Amino acid sequence: MRLLPAVDVVIVGGGWAGLLMAKELGSRTSLSIVVLERGEPRKTEDYADSMDELDYSIRLRMMQDLSQETVALRYSRKQRALPLRQHGSFLPGAGVGGAGEHWNATVPRFQPDIFELRSRTIAKYGASALPEDCAMQDWGITYDELEPYYTRADLMLGSCGKAGNIRGKLMDGGNIFEGWRSAEYPNPATKVPYFSALFQDAARSLGYHPYPNPGATLSRAYTNPDGIARGACAYCGFCDRFGCMIGAKAQPTNTLLPVIQKHKNVSLRTGAWVRRVIHDNAGGRRKARGVTYVTASGQEVFQPADVVLLCSWTLSNTKLLLLSGAGDAYDPVIGKGTVGRNLTHQLQIPSAVGFFEQPLNRFMGSGAAGIVISDFDGDVFDHSKVRFLRGGTIYAMSFGYRPIASFGVLPASVKTRWGSEWKKASLHYYDRAGRITSSSEHLPYKSNYMDLDPTYKDRLGDPLLRLTLDWRENERRMAEFITAKCVELTRAMGAKEVLPAAPLEHYDTTRYQSTHLQGGAIMGATPEESVVNTYFQHWQIENLFVLGGSAFPQSASANPTLTLLALAFRSADAIVDRYLKAPGPLA
Amino acid sequence: MRRRHFLTLSAASLGGVLVFSLDRRGSLLRAQDKSVRIPLRYFDEPQARIIAAAASRIFPSDDSGPGAREAGVAIYIDRQLAGSYGRDRYRYTKGPFEDAPIEFGYQGKATPREIYLDGLKDLKGFDRLAPDEQDKILQRTERDSPLFFDLLRQNTIEGMFCDPMHGGNADMIGWQLVGFPGPRMSNYDDIDKHYGKAFRPKPVSLAPTTGTKLRLREVS
Repeated sequence: MRLLPAVDVVIVGGGWAGLLMAKELGSRTSLSIVVLERGEPRKTEDYADSMDELDYSIRLRMMQDLSQETVALRYSRKQRALPLRQHGSFLPGAGVGGAGEHWNATVPRFQPDIFELRSRTIAKYGASALPEDCAMQDWGITYDELEPYYTRADLMLGSCGKAGNIRGKLMDGGNIFEGWRSAEYPNPATKVPYFSALFQDAARSLGYHPYPNPGATLSRAYTNPDGIARGACAYCGFCDRFGCMIGAKAQPTNTLLPVIQKHKNVSLRTGAWVRRVIHDNAGGRRKARGVTYVTASGQEVFQPADVVLLCSWTLSNTKLLLLSGAGDAYDPVIGKGTVGRNLTHQLQIPSAVGFFEQPLNRFMGSGAAGIVISDFDGDVFDHSKVRFLRGGTIYAMSFGYRPIASFGVLPASVKTRWGSEWKKASLHYYDRAGRITSSSEHLPYKSNYMDLDPTYKDRLGDPLLRLTLDWRENERRMAEFITAKCVELTRAMGAKEVLPAAPLEHYDTTRYQSTHLQGGAIMGATPEESVVNTYFQHWQIENLFVLGGSAFPQSASANPTLTLLALAFRSADAIVDRYLKAPGPLA
Repeated sequence: MRRRHFLTLSAASLGGVLVFSLDRRGSLLRAQDKSVRIPLRYFDEPQARIIAAAASRIFPSDDSGPGAREAGVAIYIDRQLAGSYGRDRYRYTKGPFEDAPIEFGYQGKATPREIYLDGLKDLKGFDRLAPDEQDKILQRTERDSPLFFDLLRQNTIEGMFCDPMHGGNADMIGWQLVGFPGPRMSNYDDIDKHYGKAFRPKPVSLAPTTGTKLRLREVS
């Protein structure tokens, strides 16, 4: 194994978390920093040809190459896991920018009570209200502590929206159920496409509180505090699964990379597949010594570093920790160990499709353009008549419908799936169908977790990560409740026919949920219940930081990127202001 | 090297097909005479005829408009199978292979190429049958060989609506059928207008829109 010259900081993964840390540490210190990204280089110009539904959205050009590595999945410990042989329920990104390139750029904040979920739930409902097997816990941080960092993340991305709560003052037209904000959004909300406008009117007519979806697809030209200027979104309808060809959608390559490239102390190596974090015991303290990786040409090298930041997304972070023996692997039988526990996947319910008389012009849109209600989110509504905890947001997004994926969405009255009758019905309904969906909370359970699979291997012969994951009654009941609300809303929008989603049963790897898997290296107040502290610092290896959704003890209904950026800003501050001056535990 | 095969299509059924060759040079074939001969990359001519006929029953040309035949769906499928998709370049294909509930997705070993070759075995002479006979056979295929049928159905939809650079959606007829304008650079002035009324800008395809050289992943 070739030994490389030592650096001060090695960052594993060149997505949102990794490049944010590279930007912060690179611009505020003179440390030598290397980012290791196993995918290919990327830049905005690469997306000049990206408005190609087949290549990008159907063949998934931007996603991880599963022939190299995938994960195995099973529903319970009694079963053998099977590999996910093709992409389905989530879409891990590949290359510089990671999934932050192909995301939809929806940037809500988490509900404040998420951070203290266990103590607040027990205080209100009693410990007996927790579902059997529930692994809900507090994060060790509060929303109030995080608010300034949320604001920094909003300013960096140029978030667009309408505040619903500015320092406790509720604002009409915004999300009145959200946590307080220190200021209005940096940019006004995106425009409201017709389908979303129908939803807005329907929600108001039913007494709900619709608000524009918070997004980082710019509603106007904007220059952020780093001096990065981006133009306004053109609503071309090619956001999700695509890179933005005009840079209106915030992506690591257009928001962070240009800043990083100005700093000579930061370098980015692509094609670098990290296999292990090397750590040892010296003087009674366990320290990371660096990482080993395989280069694009197949050479295995050792990169020594004083500080190691794992920023390679939820599943890869967890796999690296398990392969490296960095922390104690979670054992659900005896309830010991922490690495791999609290695997959650945000519950996306494809709640109801409405079929309308009039055309909807659904080819126009952007990843974040839409209208949302939070009237059934978290704990904001009366749960006395329902048999589940928590809830979710309901929304009518206007991503931009593209024909390969959208052709053939039909009411239940059409029974055929090919031939003239099917074709005619599909042509008629093509631009007259719209889906109301929901992002809901997925509670953590002791038996939803990650470890290493004993059977299946990746391209290097390392075991695949194994996910033991399934929905429980709480999610099924919530889906039923939310679906009924969506049917009501779709009818109020004027739909002539409504097709409700099928009841939620088992976790379905073939139906896209979201790419918001969370857990595995969760944060918390003590080493007994978590892998990292609230600065993403590993409890047992003080110079190892594990950043990303892997640190979230449970999913919120909201999409996770803004929260992970806020937490990363906080971690960067702690590293620069405290750790580098006196290396040691930050909590 | 295998013998060169062509799919011969009648000019009446084909306005013009934008064919991208495997060396990524585009050429527009226009029917001057009664027919055009399009070089095949994966199928032989009898196979291509069967796939063209089957796709035409899935997405027929009828009084609601043109279908798979006019869009050149068989050419699209031929190009897909010739490239990385056809040989499952991006799928996890390590064993062991096991049967699994439908929620675990396709767990089989066969590549799209192999699924097509297997499916074609039961469709000998299909292209020479009358349409109602063809429909009966396809109903049987749908029931007995769902893996092949579902793939053919999905690929037919792809070939109807992909960017023409992939060999289907000739002359953007699929997009015209559904009123999809293709990669239209900006809807900024229209996104919050036309409420309830059809807004149907003229379709454009990717190559003239971007003016850049296109990269086709399927041929790698």
